[in-house]
Amino acid sequence: MITINSIINGIVIDHIQAGHGIKIYNYLNLEDADFPTALIMNVSSTKNKKKDIIKIENDIDLDFKMLGLLDHNITVNIIENEIIKEKIKLSLPKKVENVLKCKNPRCITSVEKYVTHVFNLVDEEKGEYRCEYCDEIVTI
Amino acid sequence: MLKGRSLIDPMDLSIEELDEIFKLADNIMEKPKDYEKIAFGKILATLFYEPSTRTRFSFETAMLRLGGQVVGFSEPNSTSVSKGETVADTIRVVGCYADIVAMRHPKEGAPKIAAMYSEVPIINAGDGGHQHPTQTLTDLLTIKNIKGKLTDSTIGICGDLKFGRTVHSLIKALSRYKNNKFILISPNELKIPDYIKKEILQKNNIEFVEAHKLEKVIGDLDILYMTRVQKERFFNEEDYIRLKDSYILDKEKLELAKKDMIILHPLPRVNEIAYEVDDDPRACYFKQAKFGMFVRMALMAKLLGVA
Repeated sequence: MITINSIINGIVIDHIQAGHGIKIYNYLNLEDADFPTALIMNVSSTKNKKKDIIKIENDIDLDFKMLGLLDHNITVNIIENEIIKEKIKLSLPKKVENVLKCKNPRCITSVEKYVTHVFNLVDEEKGEYRCEYCDEIVTI
Repeated sequence: MLKGRSLIDPMDLSIEELDEIFKLADNIMEKPKDYEKIAFGKILATLFYEPSTRTRFSFETAMLRLGGQVVGFSEPNSTSVSKGETVADTIRVVGCYADIVAMRHPKEGAPKIAAMYSEVPIINAGDGGHQHPTQTLTDLLTIKNIKGKLTDSTIGICGDLKFGRTVHSLIKALSRYKNNKFILISPNELKIPDYIKKEILQKNNIEFVEAHKLEKVIGDLDILYMTRVQKERFFNEEDYIRLKDSYILDKEKLELAKKDMIILHPLPRVNEIAYEVDDDPRACYFKQAKFGMFVRMALMAKLLGVA
């Protein structure tokens, strides 16, 4: 059993799909952080058997839209004085801009480079988004 | 209020706005002289980034019959577009010269980008395999005037349902009228895209069936909408040659159809409707082309705010 101390002030990103923790850790650039962080992998979970957790001993800005897109099962716990002050359950964002790219070769975004790539959520369960311009569906 | 608006997707217009346009089109058909000068001093720019004869002529004659004038290109190689100008820049410049723009573009979503940057109304005259809203207005006006209703019909759509932009727009539009049912007839390779099935048909609980053989379902139809298997939508010629003759309407198949079924086609046809069918009273595709010009007259008059 590995023991990792609880944090006093900071953030715990919980319920990350097992194996995806490293992706989120890298996205948040935590490897270069000058404050304590921990990536805990393959923790037992009642919901999905295994999960990953990230602990951050600092108050940092998180882009919940982007995090939701990376893994919409995530829960973000804001910790103050060792107490969970706020629990934020993430979900897939309704609209994303310049995150996903349309793969339809006939889409205008494939040639006009200045255009903002916009996708709207059409099916939350299946993680399906539709391109604002050509209606092509992409699955997360 | 339609004045100053753009038309990119057939769903941009409410049923009430569609009715308003159809009513004006009927009035123009009845008394064309009353409308021959209403767009005097107005200029239509036709920006056709891919070849089209009838849609462009339909827009241009519609504007001329309203008393307006027309500028434009039908081939982008002779314009600044060939130097790499973006749609956004082209439209901002053209908007300084013209009062309304009809745009056809091979890339899907191009007219939507144009509308985002334009100061004048943009009409999508076809974008890739995506939408063709004025063809939809044409189809609806034709059905309404010949069948007398836009509801309670079984509509068969046959041919290229994957890349056929007129088909996607028509399904969207007819789905808003009650008790319509669709029979979608195509080879597997050219089936209707998933987003039309999911977001339009299934979402609105509209009855639809996918079929492979026209002769098996033609007897159930009130409206048969034929489409061309378009060569320019294929990435390789072998696929095109294999599929182009799959769905041909001839006299033999037509004998199985109802006596009051109507046959529509966005034109041009290649060989999907045999010439022998043209004399049948159910063949309405040339009348449809005429309705197309009148509905474009009505649409432009409304977007310009002159009627």
